[in-house]
Amino acid sequence: MMKPVATTRSAAGISTGMLAVWWLLASEIVIFGGLLASYIMHRLAHPEWAEYASHTNTWIGTLNTFVLLSSSLSAVLAHHAAEKGDGKKAAKYLLVTIGGALTFLVVKSIEWSIEIHHGYTITANGFWAFYYVAAGIHASHVIVGAIVMGWVAWYANQNRELQRVEMVGVYWHFVDIVWIFLFPLLYIAK
Amino acid sequence: MIEQYVVQASTYAADIDNVILLIAVLTGFWFFAAQGMFFWLLFRFRERPGHKAEYVTGDEPDLKRWINIPHILIIICDVFIVAAAIMVWVNVKQTLPEADRTIRIVAQQWAWTFVHPGPDGQLDTDDDITMIDELHVEVGQVYHYQLESTDVLHDFSVPVFRLKQDAIPGRRIVGWFEPTLPGHYDIQCAEMCGIGHGLMGARLFVETPEQHAQWMRDRGEILARAH
Amino acid sequence: MASQNENFFLKYFWSTDHKIIALQYMFTGMAMALIGGYFAYAFRMQLAFPGAEIPLVGVVTPHEYNAFVTNHGTIMIFWVAMPVLIAAFGNYLIPLMIGADDMVFPRLNRLSYQIFLLSAIILVASFFVPGGGFGGAWTAYPPLSADGAYNLTPLGASMWVTAVALEFVAFLMGGINFITTAMNSRAPGMKAFDVPIVIWFIVIASILFMASVGPLIAGAIMLLFDQQIGTGYFDARTGGDPVLYQHLFWFFGHPEVYVVLLPALGIVAEIITVFSRKKLFAYKIVLYTAIATGVLSFFVWAHHQFIAGIDPRMANIFTVTTVLISIPIAEMCFVYIATLYGGSIRFTVPMLWALAFMAEFLIGGVTGIFLGASGADIYFHDTYFVLAHFHYTFFPIAIIAVFAGITYWFPKMFGRMMSETAGKVHFWITILTFNGIFIPLFVLGAWGQHRRIYSYEHFPDLWELQPLRIFATTCLVIMLLAQVIFLVNFFVSMLRGKKAGNNPWRANTLEWTVPSPPPHGNFETLPVVHRGPYEYSHPDHDEDFWPQDAAPAAESAS
Ligand SMILES: [Cu+2]
Ligand SMILES: [Cu+2]
Repeated sequence: MMKPVATTRSAAGISTGMLAVWWLLASEIVIFGGLLASYIMHRLAHPEWAEYASHTNTWIGTLNTFVLLSSSLSAVLAHHAAEKGDGKKAAKYLLVTIGGALTFLVVKSIEWSIEIHHGYTITANGFWAFYYVAAGIHASHVIVGAIVMGWVAWYANQNRELQRVEMVGVYWHFVDIVWIFLFPLLYIAK
Repeated sequence: MIEQYVVQASTYAADIDNVILLIAVLTGFWFFAAQGMFFWLLFRFRERPGHKAEYVTGDEPDLKRWINIPHILIIICDVFIVAAAIMVWVNVKQTLPEADRTIRIVAQQWAWTFVHPGPDGQLDTDDDITMIDELHVEVGQVYHYQLESTDVLHDFSVPVFRLKQDAIPGRRIVGWFEPTLPGHYDIQCAEMCGIGHGLMGARLFVETPEQHAQWMRDRGEILARAH
Repeated sequence: MASQNENFFLKYFWSTDHKIIALQYMFTGMAMALIGGYFAYAFRMQLAFPGAEIPLVGVVTPHEYNAFVTNHGTIMIFWVAMPVLIAAFGNYLIPLMIGADDMVFPRLNRLSYQIFLLSAIILVASFFVPGGGFGGAWTAYPPLSADGAYNLTPLGASMWVTAVALEFVAFLMGGINFITTAMNSRAPGMKAFDVPIVIWFIVIASILFMASVGPLIAGAIMLLFDQQIGTGYFDARTGGDPVLYQHLFWFFGHPEVYVVLLPALGIVAEIITVFSRKKLFAYKIVLYTAIATGVLSFFVWAHHQFIAGIDPRMANIFTVTTVLISIPIAEMCFVYIATLYGGSIRFTVPMLWALAFMAEFLIGGVTGIFLGASGADIYFHDTYFVLAHFHYTFFPIAIIAVFAGITYWFPKMFGRMMSETAGKVHFWITILTFNGIFIPLFVLGAWGQHRRIYSYEHFPDLWELQPLRIFATTCLVIMLLAQVIFLVNFFVSMLRGKKAGNNPWRANTLEWTVPSPPPHGNFETLPVVHRGPYEYSHPDHDEDFWPQDAAPAAESAS
């Protein structure tokens, strides 16, 4: 299918794809914003949740924070490579980022298995309900990000659609930033 | 204007009706002014042979006045409406006059349980009178109500009192009313609460002191026989 | 581009052409409107004749009554107003009016429609599962909606939430497409203030939707988990809070009113300028009042919850913000009325609808003040006064403005004219019966009659008012029957109507410069814009309209 002329215009002075990514992120911010605002309101109303929160594993959380931050770094490097027109190199860096995403998910599933094993399931109480849903929605963004990066890397490897490397990078930074909010709210505030 | 439909049976019913009247007068004026202008323009500037429409951008000061002056007048009307509404609101919902009696209202799917204080005037004592779907109150007494729900949201609504309050599971909401007019009236549930929501009416009996005392004696006898 | 021998399925069901997708949304919305109208018929008949055997429905049980009321509201807002006003007109008009060949993301556009269609199917299917359709009101407040033991429709409730959430996702994706297209793909020469108001309003509406719906998407996920795995976000027994859901719902719910109102106002702006042959009065004021209304609409939501157990001090703040919103809306009404001044007004069918919108919406607007003022709302909350009020806003939006838009752009969409006579008959019957339905309901509301009650036999003070209910129901039945006139006019004109030509209304905007219906890709050569959209009866121009892409006289002479 050919792209319409509409897609190639940029009356606002920014590429169409990038503009759409920003609007996508704007809508995502409101979704996470609503969820986290609800959580914070409950946290303030229920001092006893601090005790529930103390059963989260800060070390595993820290490890995952480190993994995600490093994967953002390789996304930046992929963008640099793409700007220089080196699609093969960009694809390689994207694969490193995907590796980070997979590591994050593996660590997350180990963490959840341990917690569920200890009886901290989603229905245990209000805190755990928010814990699983907030982290779960974030994790689903990690999965989607990994798939999209794989698709972008496939094209980039053939030196096609290199502008997409930056777009997926911006999305990945967003996923990263959401985690930076979740980590203190779910793990550190005890 | 509401009193022509539904009698005023509480001390604050007239206040609420007056706010409604004030809003009706102010918005009514603007409504008829705008509709009058609208239909006059439609008639005056209907298509006629040989007439071309004028070219007006809306930036002409003499025309813009027609927008700006009403604009300011509307802001002034708004100030009156907000002030009146808040004054009544503060009186009805934000202040709690000293209670003569306290009743408890428990909502559930799909019935109202009214716990009245017995002859001792105290709630939560042995002589409490508990009734389903019947609330008995005495004129001229300030009542506090403690509104609770055991399952879903309900809403305790008494149109003749101009009183309405949601019942929320897990909370006890306190409010007040003072009945002024003896009679019996509808109580409605004003929050969707499931299949039986349409059945969840109750009756309110506003009684004179004598009637109320008589009712209390009757209930006391029934209670004594039951023991 | 499209080849000639595409098969029927690919052309009409798998198309990425914005015009086909627009028609898909429009026909889906019309089909859903028939279902929503049928529900209205069922519950109004039950109210007029409680317990009677209703033709085409049967005896309405209390549970069915609740399900009809609930889904009537849900359908009319989410599956009629949204798809027709934003998605159908947005899809059809944005590329054509800004001089582009398509949306910027045609395949995303197709996907949005497919998700939307899926959501509609799930909603309709919820009526056929064990337990039946959800009946906990379109607001779906927990705990009633969160627990099958309370609502007795464990499956129907979850399908309802799923359908609504999917519909939100579809419109988020669609919205990104609309906003990006309008921002980036305008024809050369088209500056911000040369964009037709309807496009501006659809874009502002999409942004409002995007900025308000997020918390409710989160809320829908929480509600679904409460229903299906027993989490208890909204359950007081496990430390949850039922009122939290109300905040999430109305934080979206109030801006949503403006999400559907703005496209309707946009359609009306296009039509009144064309048929009064006038420039829009104070274009910039129109735009700024819309933006002001949109921003304010995020700070008024708790006026739906005055008596819902929120801190009573909060009600004072929300009374102020709510009454404040009357200022830009009143300003907008004045500007629209002022546009008629000095015009040469033609009472065509689209113009009649547009004018009716203004007259009727005004009633909805002023009655809203009663509900936004906390002191008066204590009495009116949850009565038929509220119901009549929002039908005086939503009916003009979802029905009157939609008829205005359809009758106005029909020649462009199908290349033929609709019948004026049939259109006028349909118009007058619909408008008169509309008022005949809802004026009695205002009176019933003033009488303190509450909503969502399937029979008033159990309320002695209200039962004597039955004649008013029967009158309203009679008007509804006549109105529904009158829609047959429209449907016949619509489909017969589509096949047999008089050929329309490119520009039957002698209008300025770019969609009228191309053939009717426009080919795939819209423009033979993409246009260049030289002026604003409302240059009617310009003194420097002989004709009383001046298309946006017509070259200025000096250039065309050389
Ligand atoms: Cu109820
Ligand atoms: Cu609202």
